[in-house]
Amino acid sequence: MAIIRDGMQPFDLYQPTSVEDALTLADRLGADAWMLAGGLDSLERFKDRLKRPKAVIDLGRVEELRGVRREGEDLVIGSMTTLTEVNRDPEIRARFGLLAEAAGEVASPQIRNQGTLGGNISQDTRCWYYRGGWQCYRAGGGTCYAGESTQGQNREHALFGVEGCAAVSPSDTAPALIALEARLVIKSAKGAREVAVEDYFVGPDTDITRMNVLGTGEVLTEIRLPATWAGVTFYFEKVRDRPVWDFPLVNIAAAMQLSGDRIDRARFVLGAVAARPWRLPQVEAAVAGRARNAAVDAAARLAADGAVPLPQNGYKVALVRNLVKRAILGKTTS
Amino acid sequence: MNASPLEPIRPGGMTRRQFIKSVIAAGAVTSAGLLFTGPAGAGHKTSPGAVERLITLTVNGQQRRVDVLPQETLAQTLRGKLGLTGLKVGCDRAECGACTVLVDNEPLYACSTLTHSVRGKNILTVEGLARADGGLHPLQQGVLDEQGFQCGYCAPGFLMATLGYLTANPNPTRQELAHGVSGNLCRCQDYDKILTALMRGAEYMRRG
Ligand SMILES: Cc1cc2nc3c(=O)[nH]c(=O)nc-3n(C[C@H](O)[C@H](O)[C@H](O)COP(=O)(O)OP(=O)(O)OC[C@H]3O[C@@H](n4cnc5c(N)ncnc54)[C@H](O)[C@@H]3O)c2cc1C
Ligand code: SF4
Ligand code: FES
Ligand code: FES
Repeated sequence: MAIIRDGMQPFDLYQPTSVEDALTLADRLGADAWMLAGGLDSLERFKDRLKRPKAVIDLGRVEELRGVRREGEDLVIGSMTTLTEVNRDPEIRARFGLLAEAAGEVASPQIRNQGTLGGNISQDTRCWYYRGGWQCYRAGGGTCYAGESTQGQNREHALFGVEGCAAVSPSDTAPALIALEARLVIKSAKGAREVAVEDYFVGPDTDITRMNVLGTGEVLTEIRLPATWAGVTFYFEKVRDRPVWDFPLVNIAAAMQLSGDRIDRARFVLGAVAARPWRLPQVEAAVAGRARNAAVDAAARLAADGAVPLPQNGYKVALVRNLVKRAILGKTTS
Repeated sequence: MNASPLEPIRPGGMTRRQFIKSVIAAGAVTSAGLLFTGPAGAGHKTSPGAVERLITLTVNGQQRRVDVLPQETLAQTLRGKLGLTGLKVGCDRAECGACTVLVDNEPLYACSTLTHSVRGKNILTVEGLARADGGLHPLQQGVLDEQGFQCGYCAPGFLMATLGYLTANPNPTRQELAHGVSGNLCRCQDYDKILTALMRGAEYMRRG
């Protein structure tokens, strides 16, 4: 638990230059191998001795995993594209500004220069008990220090879907990708599969020890954005303690197709309120076909449906309601 | 010099050839069983010449040969092995910016970067800013003229972050530059004067 500062434990380092080689290695090394993207989540865990992989597969030299390209109507983003690149890409900005904005709100400039889009949606939770090495449910132990202890520090924790674990999804880009109905391509030596980004994330009701569906030997290769929500009205807002570095207390990503002032269809997704990014289907249904002004009160009432606040995070209920209002009205000050 | 992509860089990763060379060079004979087998559990065959810990890094325009462990961070290599102690390690967790260096002109946290991942790239540290004749870089001159820092611990990181930011936007507003260097903390909370100094340095750079 103590923070050890004498460097990381040894591992074998592999630096493949093609996806094929990476998959061969992943298959050969199996559960011994750890995929390394930007390393900003990974290296910290190695330093703290919380993860001790025997082998690390550094994807940094696989050029085909980087960059943004058009494929028919889809925009295809390589998983190793950095957050800075996502934030600056002219085509992402023009058609999917929501994602560019979310990527630009992550952490700090240096972290965005190195952290990847694939890594950002695949990072582990930041619950400090878990990250500090406490043997909680998520770590395979027998309690939840944040939610079940009377002393639990849970100001940053979950409002929704708490089943044993109250940790939250820390990603800023994940809600944006869900609002945009992105699809992910995942490859292994055995083949490729495509999953809707919404189904990528795993809550404690499904598996308390994991945050996503990536299995041993699998590499996330592409994030694909279909034209479905290209160029509609977007809204992203992140509430946090400090304007840099800090993870979201709550964030919201919204996409709305408008006819004049009327909302034809919309997607609303919250981050940092559950172990998975949290979509608001009830709000989406309630606003469809209504004018923005007329929709806003009902939407705000419905937004926190099902929320079960912990002793220290009740403020998140108000944040959720207000963020949904602001997303609908499209303004950052009320 | 590049390792084969399907072969690892091992913690004990010398090849037989390198080992023999090094033994000959040292004029010594030692019992070397461990070096050949590598760490317990690694257990693959080592193909000749494939595994290389000894790499060349391009640092401040110079080629430096250095023996780098697989798990070594760029901050450890630069400070501990190449004697470039200008960059500081404040947090070792990507949370302070004291270790900022430029890698292919982009500011990165050296404490959270594996050295092997920047092989073949151009690394610039604060030591590489001054001109060959010892004259200061315009950014350094700006800092000196405005007395921007107090203890100065954060200064190398701020300088490198600023230089990286100015490549993309050479004529920033104060607000823009503040955002550009927002990944750097100052324990002395001297931000206002630091920004004044960095703005002065940016102005000197534009004048050339
Ligand atoms: C101080 C600090 C502050 C931060 N603040 C924020 C914030 O405010 N908002 C935010 O969203 N994020 C934040 N982050 C997270 C950061 O943005 C990184 O994006 C994230 O940590 C992981 O990205 P990475 O590329 O470094 O991935 P890595 O650390 O290399 O990988 C993360 C995980 O994903 C897996 N993985 C990555 N890529 C692949 C792939 N292609 N295939 C299979 N598995 C893969 C790895 O095995 C690992 O388990 C912060 C991080 C730090 C250190
Ligand atoms: S919230 Fe989840 S990760 Fe945190 S202590 Fe509880 S079980 Fe562990
Ligand atoms: S030492 Fe690298 S960011 Fe603090
Ligand atoms: S001047 Fe002391 S840390 Fe910045």
